[in-house]
Amino acid sequence: MSALGRLIDAPFEAVQRAIGAARMPYVFVAPNLLVFGIFVAAPMILNVWYAVTGGIQLMPGERPYVGASNFAELLDCDTFGVIASCRQDRFWRAVANTAWFVAFQVVGLVAVSLVTALILNRRMPWRGFFRAVFFYPVLLSPVVVALIWKWVLQPDGVLNALIVAGGGARVPFLLDPSWAFSWTVVISIWAHMGFYTLILLAGLQAIPADLYEAAEMDGTAHGRVFWRITLPLLMPNMVVVLVLGLIRAVQSFDEIFVLTGGGPGTATQYIVQYIYETAFANQTHILGLAAAASILVGGVLMVLTLLQLAATAWSKGGGVGR
Amino acid sequence: MKSILRRAVLAGAALLLPAFAHATDVRIMWYNDGNEGEVMRDLLDRFEKANPDIKVILDQVPYKAINETLPQLVSSGQAPDMARITDLGGQADYYLDLAPLLKDRGYWDKNFASVLPWTRPAGNTSGIFSLPTQVTVTMPIVNETLFQQAGIALPGPKATWQEWATAARAVAAKTGAAIPIAMDRSGHRVAGPAISMGAKYFDGDTPVLVDDGLKAMAKLIYDWHRDGTMSKQIWGSVGGTAYRGANEEFANGQVVLYFSGNWQFPQFAKTIGDAFDWHGVNTPCGPAGCTGMPGGAHLVAYKTTKNPQAVARVLDYIASEAVYEEYHARTLFLTAHAGLMAKGIAYRTEMPQVKKSLAAAAANAAALSPTAYKLQGYLRNRIMFNALIVRLNQAIAGEMSLDDAFARMTSDFADGLKAAGVR
Repeated sequence: MSALGRLIDAPFEAVQRAIGAARMPYVFVAPNLLVFGIFVAAPMILNVWYAVTGGIQLMPGERPYVGASNFAELLDCDTFGVIASCRQDRFWRAVANTAWFVAFQVVGLVAVSLVTALILNRRMPWRGFFRAVFFYPVLLSPVVVALIWKWVLQPDGVLNALIVAGGGARVPFLLDPSWAFSWTVVISIWAHMGFYTLILLAGLQAIPADLYEAAEMDGTAHGRVFWRITLPLLMPNMVVVLVLGLIRAVQSFDEIFVLTGGGPGTATQYIVQYIYETAFANQTHILGLAAAASILVGGVLMVLTLLQLAATAWSKGGGVGR
Repeated sequence: MKSILRRAVLAGAALLLPAFAHATDVRIMWYNDGNEGEVMRDLLDRFEKANPDIKVILDQVPYKAINETLPQLVSSGQAPDMARITDLGGQADYYLDLAPLLKDRGYWDKNFASVLPWTRPAGNTSGIFSLPTQVTVTMPIVNETLFQQAGIALPGPKATWQEWATAARAVAAKTGAAIPIAMDRSGHRVAGPAISMGAKYFDGDTPVLVDDGLKAMAKLIYDWHRDGTMSKQIWGSVGGTAYRGANEEFANGQVVLYFSGNWQFPQFAKTIGDAFDWHGVNTPCGPAGCTGMPGGAHLVAYKTTKNPQAVARVLDYIASEAVYEEYHARTLFLTAHAGLMAKGIAYRTEMPQVKKSLAAAAANAAALSPTAYKLQGYLRNRIMFNALIVRLNQAIAGEMSLDDAFARMTSDFADGLKAAGVR
């Protein structure tokens, strides 16, 4: 054993002698548990306390208990489905925006990632280079992504300069609600597709080549090969991409906040931004309301995670392509 | 040899130890509109030289950190010793009363009487909680070069908002300027023009956000966004309560009339210089007057400071007439100091644009409405400002009608007061 090994070994041997070998696993996981406890578990417990207390005080001990009234305020609507009838209309607007964003972003993300993975899986010149190019945006900070796109899309930006040079009129890409929403979807897909493409590429490379050879010998059409071989065997990876993409889409905040600030109006204000603004950005920091909203979002994410587990188990059990 | 070495070590220790052992740190969280951080650092260097027992650390941060991070630090007991703030009454309960610590409170009462109430907690009528570092008045700044190019005369000192809008639109049409009128995206900026249109903001002592005057100004802003007088580029490019200035657009020559405030002068002196003829003008009028809003930045100390005596010494130094005058002369800020106002400050600038602007700012400051002062002194005014900006912006974006926006402003304000524990 090296000198370093002996140095590390000595204290652990002493601990093992003191507590016994059976309890040693707890010693090894203790540092991780400590970090998890301080930075994840404790804030979660505190968040629950904030959700059931009122006032604007930051210190937990100074906050009066209000029961479920923060949840009641969030859910207080004369007519569900009519945002204007809700007391916290900005919360519901953020929920609706998030739902639309998730629907478009996730479908787009899975489709674009799949097509890209299929292309990058083919033999082609510069394949390594292109794989790196598609992964590159994932390495960028969300703030950098937002600033790059702001530079492209603002009224005097690159895209409008090209349109004007081509004889067209400026387009208010970030000032018109529909355009701004669409661009947040596109940019989010652009920024994250590299990661999901990689997962799908790994799945494609794991499909045995002899299946394709057999199909080729049988003269099977390309479309049929895709639907009957590629897609079913890729389904476990597709499920992972779908659910991870879904969870990430619900959590979207940083790049969109820098790009549009939630505007114009509230067209691109998603749920995490609502929580952030309610808790921190306004003069009156309504921490209880923000904590209650975050618990509701947490509940939705929990359901999505359970769906992921169920879907993964289903696809592993051969649920697809039978 | 050994003895020489020992003496050298002892001498070195004697030189270094006082610096490490006795200096009291005073930490200030500070943001900049122009060059004031640089000027303040220079003045504090002189203070440290004369007071080696105090070291002043000037943490220069973005304005956003003052608005969003500082309140969290203060609420959690982690406040710096001092901070330069603009939400003057927002966290008044946490400010340190400096009155018993200052060398000569009579000097402060005499010279800062008009603005000291703005940082007093509710019910307090005599404490001294801050030193003003800048007096501001919201007001318009024009690009006169564009007017000259268009061959259109600047509207006169009593011109109405509508007359200014008509002139600005005509100038923009003739010169191709992109934005006839720009206004910072801030409820504080809307308040002055709203008071000019008749907004009262108070019914007796009860704060009331929405009335006919506010509706009239909000309608003008709404209509101007529809007809292109105001560009959605400013108000529409962010959401929520976020502040958005149009200083960059103005400096780029894209704006005919920019409604902001005198704190922009030092910045424009630097970024625009004499590239075009810009200067402040009289605030446009409405049926109830021609007012902007007073405001400013104050330096406050927090109760959590461990060095209240050192903090008071730093503030006494900055407030002393000679230092205070130099600070204002170099930063080109208006002053709240009654003595200096009477005496006049010899601003260190040769730029005619700045001189003209400072004269206009002084005239606008003298014409401020009592309602504007009352609103500025109201501790919860930010709740009003935020409700206005969020909902008016939603109406401009087409998400709700103006009437719905007014109803939401009223309920948001009531909810904000309730959350803040105000009954």
